[in-house]
Amino acid sequence: MLKRKLFYPVLAMASAVAVLVAGPVQAWQPKKPVEFIIMAGTGGGADQIARLLQGLIEKKGLSSRPFIPINKPGGSGAEALRYMQDKAGDDHTVMMTLNSFYTTPIIQSDLGVDPTKFTPIGLMAMDTFLLWVHTDRSDITDLDSYVAAVKAKGLDWKVGGTGSGQEDSVLTAMMEAEFDYKVTYIPFPGGGTVAKNLIGKQIDSTVNNPSEQMAFYQAGSSKPLVQFTGERMAAFPDVPTAKELGVNIEYYMQRSVNGPPGMSADAIAFYTDLFQQLFDSKEWQDFCVSDGLTCDEMIKNDALGSFHANQYVAHQKLIEQVGAAAITGE
Amino acid sequence: MGEIANLLAAGLLQALEPLNLGMILAGCMAGLFIGAMPGLGSVNGVAILLPVTFLVPPTAAIIFLAALYYGAMYGGAISSITLGIPGASTAVATVFDGRPMAQKGLADQALMGAAIASFIGGTISVVLFTLFAPPLAELALKFGPQEEFALMVLAFATFIGLGGDDIPKTIFSILLGLVMAAVGFDIISGQPRLIFFDMVEFQRGIGFLVLAIGIYGIGEMLWTLEQTSGKVQIENVKTTWSKFKENLGHIKKYLPTTSLGSALGFFVGTLPAAGATPASLMAYGLAKTFSKDPESFGKGNISGVAAPEAANNAASTGSMLPMITLGIPGSPTTAILLGGMIIWGLRPGPLLFANNPDFVWGLIGSMYVANFVTVALNLALIPLFVRVLAMPFTILTPVIFILCFVGVFATTDRMFDVWLMLVLGLGGYLLRKLNYPVAPAVLAIVLGPLAERSMRQSLISSRGDVTTFVHPVEHPIALICIILAIALMLYPVFLNYRRKRATKYREST
Repeated sequence: MLKRKLFYPVLAMASAVAVLVAGPVQAWQPKKPVEFIIMAGTGGGADQIARLLQGLIEKKGLSSRPFIPINKPGGSGAEALRYMQDKAGDDHTVMMTLNSFYTTPIIQSDLGVDPTKFTPIGLMAMDTFLLWVHTDRSDITDLDSYVAAVKAKGLDWKVGGTGSGQEDSVLTAMMEAEFDYKVTYIPFPGGGTVAKNLIGKQIDSTVNNPSEQMAFYQAGSSKPLVQFTGERMAAFPDVPTAKELGVNIEYYMQRSVNGPPGMSADAIAFYTDLFQQLFDSKEWQDFCVSDGLTCDEMIKNDALGSFHANQYVAHQKLIEQVGAAAITGE
Repeated sequence: MGEIANLLAAGLLQALEPLNLGMILAGCMAGLFIGAMPGLGSVNGVAILLPVTFLVPPTAAIIFLAALYYGAMYGGAISSITLGIPGASTAVATVFDGRPMAQKGLADQALMGAAIASFIGGTISVVLFTLFAPPLAELALKFGPQEEFALMVLAFATFIGLGGDDIPKTIFSILLGLVMAAVGFDIISGQPRLIFFDMVEFQRGIGFLVLAIGIYGIGEMLWTLEQTSGKVQIENVKTTWSKFKENLGHIKKYLPTTSLGSALGFFVGTLPAAGATPASLMAYGLAKTFSKDPESFGKGNISGVAAPEAANNAASTGSMLPMITLGIPGSPTTAILLGGMIIWGLRPGPLLFANNPDFVWGLIGSMYVANFVTVALNLALIPLFVRVLAMPFTILTPVIFILCFVGVFATTDRMFDVWLMLVLGLGGYLLRKLNYPVAPAVLAIVLGPLAERSMRQSLISSRGDVTTFVHPVEHPIALICIILAIALMLYPVFLNYRRKRATKYREST
């Protein structure tokens, strides 16, 4: 009897001691599944990356609760941005972003979202763009023959992309301005669908990321003409850069993870550490090489915040230059 | 041909290895449960259980997740039939006739029909998959925006052309669904539109499951309460061996619609971005149109259960096809599988068949085995499922209410959607009271966005030329779909005319 009476207080004390001892060591951990928002459709670059990262988190046991990837591609990422804005102060939502993180709020000013107010966590990679056509277009072998072919068809030339205001529409508008032609831009729900429609010949050309075209490229169905990078990527040693050809277009896609505005400091520390471990992993670095991503060092937190602020201003200028109408196609 | 047979035999042997067989069993069981729980669908299930698969080799891993996917397709029917709440979006069409059957005391027959139709659907599509994967992938590539839109027109036509129903009321219901589908962001320009009362919550649109659970969970229950003043006495379903054999004899009745649903489901599943939900709804519409007795649909016709169930299973197999051959997911669930494959070190795409034949054929082999496992599990568990109906209505009603709330909240994580579900439920009840069909509204909210996107893409690419949908050289597939759609819309008119003439003839003699 006595033993039993003693048992509970002793247990309580023991657990109190355990909590006290473990307390300071136990850092913040998610208390429920983390929503991993993707501001683009399935099969695209952002989607592939987010799902790879999610899998690595599980594989390495980096989080006590699962990360659940959720695609919110609506309105060129407006749906996702609005969702994150409404989640202000939430510690269980993070978002995989791309350049529409900047362009969509600029073009849709009534959205009421300021991306520089979001919580910057880590820049996982800089992605690149190439200009792709179907392999069957034997008449197109380089940039010059491409421009000639586009000019010959004019508005009947169809360029596929992921939506007005998305980075590929910005890049398409930049090319229109540079080469002085006009094309018809058709939006699809994700980079994967864009790639598929190029192979199915519903569209004439795309500016896909390497990861989106890689499988078709290796199968010999599509070919890259130009890369919009500063230097040739290791994955595409034979494809010239636009700059080599005397065309001043260099454009990258940031792939960073951000939280909603007002995330708690403990949660920021947890997510920063988690994504740093992912960034340093062999799996991630291998993926960067095979898919032509630049992943030298993870820019994080405040440094990423100022990176966003700079990019935001740069995109404002860019959109002003080519005109929002050229991007939205109105 | 001989080569395929060899590869398939190797794949089947691989699927029957102890580890892989265990994975199939575990996946099917987990899928059944996940599918049956409202608010938990194959998407969440596969996402949550993805980490489990890092403990085993890739082939075993995909076998587990794929088995879970089919299992969930079977499982969705269970709550659709016994509780009247769709267990997953893919099982919404199963409610249309499954619930009335349960109310008539035929739950066991409906569940069996669902299980067997699912089995047939799954098996037909895996055979098609085995034999025609490469040419079908070619066909999926040919499917551009024009073809997609024409297919959507065909889907709508099946619902308008429902003989017997009040056609203006059906059209009204479709339009209502389309309006609700339009809420949110404009697909092309990205501008917000139809934001009711300027509430930012509407920017995210009206979720399909919110509508379906509202109308079928809440609305239906209000209707039942009104009709019976709460004194519902569902006949206690007895499940005996002799009844089982008797039910088995009913297969003949729904075999034609099941085959139709299977073929349609597989085909729609192979198209990227469509998936099992539209497939099941379209199969239901077609089954009703071609039925000798369309009036009985919605009132408990076994074919109305079999067609969508066959289609959703066939589509789940079909949606593996673009994933494996093109690297593009055919449904939200395969999108997650695709992520898994990248982690396992595989690159889905045109080269997967050549580079990783063990993986691909192991998966195909497992599809055959998984279909047998799930149908056996289902048939064995029917007596357990129908026990739900033995609960008194006074207990069952609050349980259904709670499941509706939990189901909606679990899917969207927003209280706003729970309130919206109640409002839509009330609306569904009123429509029902005024004798409007609600199924077309549900169809419209699923297909509306797909139809809108493909129509606008087509018109952008043709620069406003509407004839692009019926261009015989550039888009022959689209042309065929449109012709079929027009024929389907006129079919009931023709039937009506004949019926009238027949009665006139009878009156005059």
